[in-house]
Amino acid sequence: MTRKYELVYIVSPEATDDHVTELHTQIDGIVQRMGGQIEKTENWGRRKLAYEIGRHKEGTYVLEVILGSGELMKEIDRRLKVLDTVIRHLTVRVDEAQEVIERMKARRSATSRRRRVARGLPEDRQPGEGQRNDADDDRDDRFDMGM
Amino acid sequence: MDGRRSFGPKKTGRAGAAAGKDGQRRPMFRRRKVCKFCSDKIDDINYKDTRLLLPFVPERAKILPRRISGTCALHQRKLRVALMRARQLALIPYTSE
Repeated sequence: MTRKYELVYIVSPEATDDHVTELHTQIDGIVQRMGGQIEKTENWGRRKLAYEIGRHKEGTYVLEVILGSGELMKEIDRRLKVLDTVIRHLTVRVDEAQEVIERMKARRSATSRRRRVARGLPEDRQPGEGQRNDADDDRDDRFDMGM
Repeated sequence: MDGRRSFGPKKTGRAGAAAGKDGQRRPMFRRRKVCKFCSDKIDDINYKDTRLLLPFVPERAKILPRRISGTCALHQRKLRVALMRARQLALIPYTSE
């Protein structure tokens, strides 16, 4: 049963780049061993944390998109919990949510096409067509909440 | 406007002020709130997208209620999940002092 997971972990700011790559190879090793596959890796670099995590104010974020089983993620989770260099991690299963999003997109474009055809327009939007952006409240910022 | 939309009930100040002058009560005009995600056709409310989420966490860092933001029930639920995930990863705060 392969599923798609997103794993984000925050590496302690004291760790060097070598540490981060080593951690990545470690995770890759587990994934390989348990018959999974890393689809994508993204290093977001060093970011400021929104709140302190154990005296740390910033950390290096790494995102891995992993194809594999639940047991695999459990193992990775267990390993990451043990490591001191990883100050926080989060695993999210994404395959089902992505499917839902795809379906919604498909349905949206299908209805828009059907309606366009019903109005006697070509199926797809032509360049330069459509209303200008709705920004009629540009100037009245008096009651905007300070955000 | 880069996603920094204004939420909250919009009352035109003029309508309220005019009511007092001639004694006539004009109905207070309130802008109808619409769900940002429905109108902008955002299907994916992702916890990684802080630019999208940040307008829904006011200064106190509490989640902006539907009553104020006008988000529809479906999207508020998705938004809540995304915000809570983002909180775990310290992308957005749980609270601010």
